[in-house]
Amino acid sequence: MSVLVFVEASNGKIKKAGFEGVSYAKNTADQLGSTVTAVVFGNADGAEVSSLGEYGASKIMHAKGDLFNNLDAAAFTAAMTTAAEKENADIVIFPFDNAGKAIAPRLSAKLKAGLVSGALSYPTTSGGFKVKKNVFSGKAIAEVEITTAKKIISFTPNSVGAKKLGGSATVEDFAPSVNASKIKLVEVKKQEGDIPLPEAELVVSAGRGMKGPENWAMVEELAKILGAATACSRPVADAHWRPHHEHVGQTGIAIRPNLYIAIGISGAIQHLAGVNQSKVIVVINNDAEAPFFKAADYGVLGDAFQVLPKLVEAVKNFKASQN
Amino acid sequence: MNILVCISKVPDTTSKISFTDGNSKFDTNGVQWIVNPSDEWYALVRALELKEAGGGNVTIITVGNAEDDAVIRKALAIGADDAVRINSDAKDSYYVAAQIAEYAKTKSFDLIITGNQTIDYNNAEVGGMIAELIGWDYVTPCNKLDVTGNTCKIESEVGGATRVLEATTPLVISAAKGMAEARIPNMRGIMAARTKPIAVVEPAAISPQIKINVFELPPAKAGVKMIDPENMDELVKLLHTEAKVI
Repeated sequence: MSVLVFVEASNGKIKKAGFEGVSYAKNTADQLGSTVTAVVFGNADGAEVSSLGEYGASKIMHAKGDLFNNLDAAAFTAAMTTAAEKENADIVIFPFDNAGKAIAPRLSAKLKAGLVSGALSYPTTSGGFKVKKNVFSGKAIAEVEITTAKKIISFTPNSVGAKKLGGSATVEDFAPSVNASKIKLVEVKKQEGDIPLPEAELVVSAGRGMKGPENWAMVEELAKILGAATACSRPVADAHWRPHHEHVGQTGIAIRPNLYIAIGISGAIQHLAGVNQSKVIVVINNDAEAPFFKAADYGVLGDAFQVLPKLVEAVKNFKASQN
Repeated sequence: MNILVCISKVPDTTSKISFTDGNSKFDTNGVQWIVNPSDEWYALVRALELKEAGGGNVTIITVGNAEDDAVIRKALAIGADDAVRINSDAKDSYYVAAQIAEYAKTKSFDLIITGNQTIDYNNAEVGGMIAELIGWDYVTPCNKLDVTGNTCKIESEVGGATRVLEATTPLVISAAKGMAEARIPNMRGIMAARTKPIAVVEPAAISPQIKINVFELPPAKAGVKMIDPENMDELVKLLHTEAKVI
């Protein structure tokens, strides 16, 4: 019996959540006196793949080739089913990201394995198998018990962190005979901006306080020198000032970066629902009554058009002093 | 095209979140219930647009008790043709998905659309489970959907890229931002909703797979530290030395 973990490679690299997933699986396996088998999907070089051993995997099964190089929920689910049978695994770990959201529920229905999505911490396994997760958009935490023999957890990326332990793993090719789904991938269009928002550690976000799309140069400049992704509030996306994939909040995407800088965003409850899991929140707003200040770690009461150039200058000086 | 739209009843975003029975149950006292936003704004409205353009029928389905009829009427007021309520508590995602799958197997839908995530339990699970249980293809998230005949052209935003996909019905999709603009029901819609049929179906025997033991509230924020707007060097210094995020 082993704990199975789903790992995705993209553009030849193991995704960050993949290392964290192995760490999550390792902790779970240690509690149960078991070992970790990582199933890697997608093309990546051997050294990159075998480095998962340093995070606690004992065995790595690598599924590569055209079928496994692009997310195909049906094919990946079938492959994970085969892997779970082969490894006699009762517990499967996924990251709660797009791939995890596409595959874990399918696998759960297929294996009749209870699923907890969005785990915040390691499970506890004495006296029932229990996992904590966010509910009500971060306004509460629930302790969920999985009551089936087989179990699936998808953990919130950036929650437990990847832990390098040393160690090594055996690596074997994994070529399960599964069918591709009938869905055709016609094209992949890269979105603008270098850093994908869902995975960004630093995010600079702006709202209606910027007064118009022509004023975003300052926001983009701040993001660029910080190495941050850009985001926006819903009214800004709805007014087409910014592309809607930048919209964070309850009906946009939920993010949990290390740093979230909100400029000219009042902090409506719907917006907070998408960002309140950020580790540190900085709010820049000229309205002392803006509700966002209550959710912030650092606040700057001032006009964005005055504050932003000063902040850009200060970050530039800081970066220069670090070199 | 016959479309089944899965909706969930959730507490309004501004509801106070508190618990009863030794923090084991969500306190529904005084809670205003709404249709889960992505079920309504993206799944239902896009389904209606497809029907308006190409004909067909839009059916709403939910797993819930008689008190959920008020939320179902809201969705009917926006324009759905009819509704099905599986007469049971929504015990967990698997229970809900299995009930919907059992119902869908007895009908001939071309598309089943869910919202991408509910705002109460934040699971994003039901769509994928339905797809597996009835053996259909599944796309999540679906940010744009156009249908010609039985071909669906879909845009799915994943990890900083937009994947353009072509799929054929029958299909399960999970609807997210970009699919449609929210609609506000008009008086005619509200009046018409009163007489639209809600079929009440008894649940199939399905065992839930998880249970919530206890809720807790997240630790409170320490409080905001205000920084002089003239002194951004101070902010950068604190982000580096105190918060350690840059």
